[in-house]
Amino acid sequence: MSLELFAFLGMAVLVLAGGLGAVTAKNIAHAALFLLISLAGIAGVFILLVSEFLALVQILIYGGAVTIVLLFALMLTRVEDFSNVLDNAQRPIAAILAALVFGAMAAVFLTEPLPSQPLHRAGIESIGNALFTQWAIPFEVASLVLLVALIGAIIIARGSERGNE
Amino acid sequence: MELLHVELLSGALFSLGLFGVLARRNAIMVLIAIELMLNAVNINLVGYAAYTDPERVAGQVIAIFVITIAAAEVGLALAIILRLYRNRGTVNLDEVNLLKW
Repeated sequence: MSLELFAFLGMAVLVLAGGLGAVTAKNIAHAALFLLISLAGIAGVFILLVSEFLALVQILIYGGAVTIVLLFALMLTRVEDFSNVLDNAQRPIAAILAALVFGAMAAVFLTEPLPSQPLHRAGIESIGNALFTQWAIPFEVASLVLLVALIGAIIIARGSERGNE
Repeated sequence: MELLHVELLSGALFSLGLFGVLARRNAIMVLIAIELMLNAVNINLVGYAAYTDPERVAGQVIAIFVITIAAAEVGLALAIILRLYRNRGTVNLDEVNLLKW
């Protein structure tokens, strides 16, 4: 058991425990914090896959922005009582369906031969080159999507003080 | 550490997210589960990008785009949830059933 595999197992335990806690926690704030643990574990997995730029982006955007925004929305939509069961009636069917989906994926992964070249580092220069030459148009479209999402979120969440005109 | 382990981790995380989307009642918890599914897809993409040809950075670039779209989607979804909370007083998805037959 090499050190790399040991580190990957540690990160995988962090990711899956965080994911399990996020979908089964009774308290919503606990679920958001479990999501943060899972996202930090995923950043560790990215570092083990020699993609340090993506690990940095993951921590910055997911851990820094998305989790904070989730917690803000949680604060603004506070439910008064936590004694309600936070799962609906479809819970056993959902568990069976999720287990079936994982079984199908695992069957494919264990029978198909996966590429097994040694890990190589695609430095940030190659990502930058790709983003500005081959992937330039999706890059611009992504910035346009962010602009539209920003404007849309402001319009949707704007207060109703203006009345219904 | 092989690609098989990375792929199994991605599949397990995706299944956990799928369970969360189907089984949770609060809209914000469903959003958290959707984030888990998007991150599972990112692990898959980056894993393949690391274990195939050295010249292909397509996996990491697409993972960057997935992170971008996920961030935009979280902002919009939370704006909708806030509006829902203001209009209906609840974010319980079982009670938002006006369009149900």
